[in-house]
Amino acid sequence: MDFSPFYLTLRLALFTTGILFLIGIPLAYWLAFSRLRIKYVVEAIVSLPLVLPPTVLGFYLLLFFSPENPMGGFLDRYFDLRLVFTFPGLVLASVIYSLPFMVQPLRSGFTGIPKAWIDTTQTLGKGRWVTLSRVMLPNMKSALLTAGVLSFAHTVGEFGVVLMVGGNIPDETRVIAVAIYNEVEAMNYGQANTYSLILIGFSFLVLLITYWLNRDKSRVLSYD
Amino acid sequence: MKCNGKAFLLLLGLMFFYQLTWAQKEKSVLVAAASDLKFALDSIILVFNQEKEITVKPIYGSSGKLYEQLSNRAPFHIFMSADVRYPELLAEKGLTASEIYVYGVGRLVLWSRKYDVKDLGMEAFQQPWVKKVAIANPDHAPYGKRAVESLAFYGWQEKLAPLLVKGENISQAAQFVATGAADLGMIALSLALSPTMKKYQSSYYLIPESSHSPLVQGAVVTSHGESSPESYAFMAFLKGEKAIGIFRYFGFSQPSN
Repeated sequence: MDFSPFYLTLRLALFTTGILFLIGIPLAYWLAFSRLRIKYVVEAIVSLPLVLPPTVLGFYLLLFFSPENPMGGFLDRYFDLRLVFTFPGLVLASVIYSLPFMVQPLRSGFTGIPKAWIDTTQTLGKGRWVTLSRVMLPNMKSALLTAGVLSFAHTVGEFGVVLMVGGNIPDETRVIAVAIYNEVEAMNYGQANTYSLILIGFSFLVLLITYWLNRDKSRVLSYD
Repeated sequence: MKCNGKAFLLLLGLMFFYQLTWAQKEKSVLVAAASDLKFALDSIILVFNQEKEITVKPIYGSSGKLYEQLSNRAPFHIFMSADVRYPELLAEKGLTASEIYVYGVGRLVLWSRKYDVKDLGMEAFQQPWVKKVAIANPDHAPYGKRAVESLAFYGWQEKLAPLLVKGENISQAAQFVATGAADLGMIALSLALSPTMKKYQSSYYLIPESSHSPLVQGAVVTSHGESSPESYAFMAFLKGEKAIGIFRYFGFSQPSN
């Protein structure tokens, strides 16, 4: 039994979720509080991956980052960085693809914080940073958890983009979803079954723990 | 914030841990191989590993798709294509690092899970039980392209068009018929001869070669494999007697010239 697709998937999901927290918190903060009129344009862009099939993202990633093309060639020559058929490429694709799953729960977390609390903090002479780190984030833990779990889970379940820009390379881009596809195609149904059962068990466990942690609060795994 | 900060540090720590454990992964030869090689190449690697301790990992797909990936510099060391034209195109792009080695000529067969179609031949398409016919995608899978040529040759193309289901590659087309999802398939002889398929149906109809252009297959070391002596070692093994024996067992004929 080859467990490497699981390790690889876990690693990809951890990297993606970590990076998404770094991008998602400032972005969601901005979306929640900015008074800019064209904010809705950014909102629409962030939500695009929810609507578009993964093939669109896969296609453009291939187009931009192939070493045969200017952008990919530039990265390859000067930074020795390839973003197609490599692990860093998958991380990039997953970050884009799971972005709405991070930003939307966080955004509703930010908007859910009573205005009075924010005003009080500022009246007490605390700056924005303190307001964010001491008042807002601690009071939206369930939003943070939801955002993290959704991003993580969505990355684990990713298939289409990885199939297009990954190239099904063992230990590099053969994540669990692709590995299962691979085994089915090779008619190794036993192996495909084992992988699938483990994945179902794991996903159920993750969601179970999340719901358990949030069991007393309503509106946990939704972001409306 | 404290609690979240800790969780975040834990996340970073885990990422770091994985980075470390992953750095130790071994060097292995990655072979981008046409799907019709699925069983033949697995056997060859098994025999190869009795002689040398070099890890060879095959990645199967349609030759056209693999060629596309290699053109975009996918890090495969060896390319084994069901259509020698793809390695030739790769060589024209300067992305190969050896001569192209023709390891065999593939054949197309008609195969059904339930019925023995050996005596029916191309007339099998007329049977009332034929509702779906599986072929490989003719756009990028050589066996699919030859299947379409052959159908056109026998004048079946238009009548069959509504019944055709297309697999991503010849292995998926074979999987469609092997599961019974399709009633009849135009698949690779090398797959029909595999134990997995024989388990269901050991008989098949060999589609005459005169009905389509030949499936001359070729292997080449890619420019990515240039710096890896292991790749050349495996390539040399492919040219040896043992590998040729396995190719022959799976129905690949040696090129007349």
